[in-house]
Amino acid sequence: MVLHLAGRMEAGNSAAILKTLDRILPKSSITSLVLDLEGVSYLDDFGALVLLELKQMAAKQQADFSLVNAKDSVSRILTILKFESLDEKASFAKKRPPNAFLRLGDAALRHWMELNFLVSFTGSVFLQLFYLSRHPKKLRLEDTILCMQRTGVDALPIVALISFLMGLIMAFMSSVQLQQFGANIYVASLVSLAMTRELGPIMTAIIVAGRSGSAFAAELGTMKISEEVDALFTMGFDPTRFLAIPKLIAAVIVVPFLTLFSDLAAILGGLLVGVTMLDLTATGYISQTIWTLTLFDVFWGFGKSAVFAVLITWIACFRGFRARGGAASVGEATTSAVVSSLFLIILTDSIFSVILRYWG
Amino acid sequence: MEPGRGTTSEPLIQVRDLVAGYGQEVILEGVSFDVFEGEIFVVLGGSGCGKSTLLKHLVGLYPPLSGRILIDGEDISRRDPAALQKVLKRIGVLYQSSALLGSMTIAENVALPIAEYTDLDPTALGSLVRMKLNLVGLEGYENHLPSEISGGMKKRAGLARAMALNPKILFFDEPSSGLDPVTSAGIDNLIIHLNRSLGTSMVIVTHELQSIFAVAHRVIMLDKRTKGIIAEGDPKHLRDHSKDPAVRHFFNREPENHFSPV
Repeated sequence: MVLHLAGRMEAGNSAAILKTLDRILPKSSITSLVLDLEGVSYLDDFGALVLLELKQMAAKQQADFSLVNAKDSVSRILTILKFESLDEKASFAKKRPPNAFLRLGDAALRHWMELNFLVSFTGSVFLQLFYLSRHPKKLRLEDTILCMQRTGVDALPIVALISFLMGLIMAFMSSVQLQQFGANIYVASLVSLAMTRELGPIMTAIIVAGRSGSAFAAELGTMKISEEVDALFTMGFDPTRFLAIPKLIAAVIVVPFLTLFSDLAAILGGLLVGVTMLDLTATGYISQTIWTLTLFDVFWGFGKSAVFAVLITWIACFRGFRARGGAASVGEATTSAVVSSLFLIILTDSIFSVILRYWG
Repeated sequence: MEPGRGTTSEPLIQVRDLVAGYGQEVILEGVSFDVFEGEIFVVLGGSGCGKSTLLKHLVGLYPPLSGRILIDGEDISRRDPAALQKVLKRIGVLYQSSALLGSMTIAENVALPIAEYTDLDPTALGSLVRMKLNLVGLEGYENHLPSEISGGMKKRAGLARAMALNPKILFFDEPSSGLDPVTSAGIDNLIIHLNRSLGTSMVIVTHELQSIFAVAHRVIMLDKRTKGIIAEGDPKHLRDHSKDPAVRHFFNREPENHFSPV
């Protein structure tokens, strides 16, 4: 059977050509299919796709297939497209190791490498801190101050607002129970003690992890994949000292102060509920708070949040430096920085509680 | 002077009195030119002259501050979404960094626009993607990720993706930047080859002299100081006969200030 094709075969009309051919061609009993391309004036890869479909249809019916009388321009296109070798089925599956054992091994190796890097990164942080303690002028002071502003000052409104609402909620919820015993005044003790010891440091750390931990990981990750980290290294800078240490120092300084503001805002929230709903006087509420809190409670929360700050920056910088490849890996680094720091914050806080129980 | 082929037909791209820039900052003003069907048209000029700005306005990424841009009869300067959508299906852009999506294989990158705008079955789509990759000489790299191939290969893959829907016009932003001379000559050949065999019009932004002489049918040269076109025509003619010293410096690769050796 000979098929005469004529005109342009291109992206715009290839679907229509295929539909027509499908309608007019017999579904079986072809022994040979010859395509006469003499009239074809223009052919692109969508046109070639039509020819390929016909070729595959012929192959299905075990018929011979040939192209004849193609113009020079048309046959040149077919050569570039490697039309003859297009029969083999292409598989576009992504490469992956063939069986479960290999994949398990692959994952184990990757985690081992990760752990290796974590240890060496931690080591380099300590080395650089030691180095800076002897050469304090090598610290990038401007970066540190800028970072203090971004991590601390800029976070103040949101930390204060959330803590204020926390204090408000806590006072409100506890008052329902305490009112039954006429123990309204102990709302002040509950709010101030719970906030300074536990919730203040934790809420602040969670906000800092979400605001600044993610920013650190994304910044370092982007710098890593765009070779800026490599550039720093070849200029003779230590990337850890240049990028991670300023963030670490800034966070350790400002996060404890953020926590103090958080405590204060929460106590104000409790005070508002106490004065407006529980018939307490402001003076009474404040003196009860002062009577409850010891300096140790405040320092305990202060110290804990310094440890949280170290954990957040440490894990965020680590994840950032581990990014490689493309934009997706920066996203992964950011996600895992926030998730890991939240986990570490809660874990460390539990450890602190146990220590306080047996020691305090 | 022969200003490229197919000058008898209606121009594919018409730019009239274009003022381009970002916000308040004007980078180009009073720019007018035409690009005809089947032509390889090169926009050149020194660093910071607004070449890339012009390209970004031509492909509809930024609206012009004033003036008109007509692509294949559609006015994209009025930001009519329907017109812009129509134009976007008829053009392809190869970005300087190739801009392949890093999370997808080369084949998936090329298949992305085809799968969106046609209803081919997966087998036909696979064959078409292979043909596209054969066209740019990347057979066998279907399942590689962009991070696993070299810069020249990325350009080829980006070109295959730009050509996915067989656009009437292809735009190139610095196609040979960051490539070695051999690879860069390979890209030039590919451009000429695609222009001849598929008849696609090309608009190329570059400052690589060798590429310009190899591929350009017609060029315009932009200048930072005048914020506009200072020369138009055949690059070889401009090199030898231009009266403007800035143009001659550019084509003869001379610095503008002559320092006398001490």
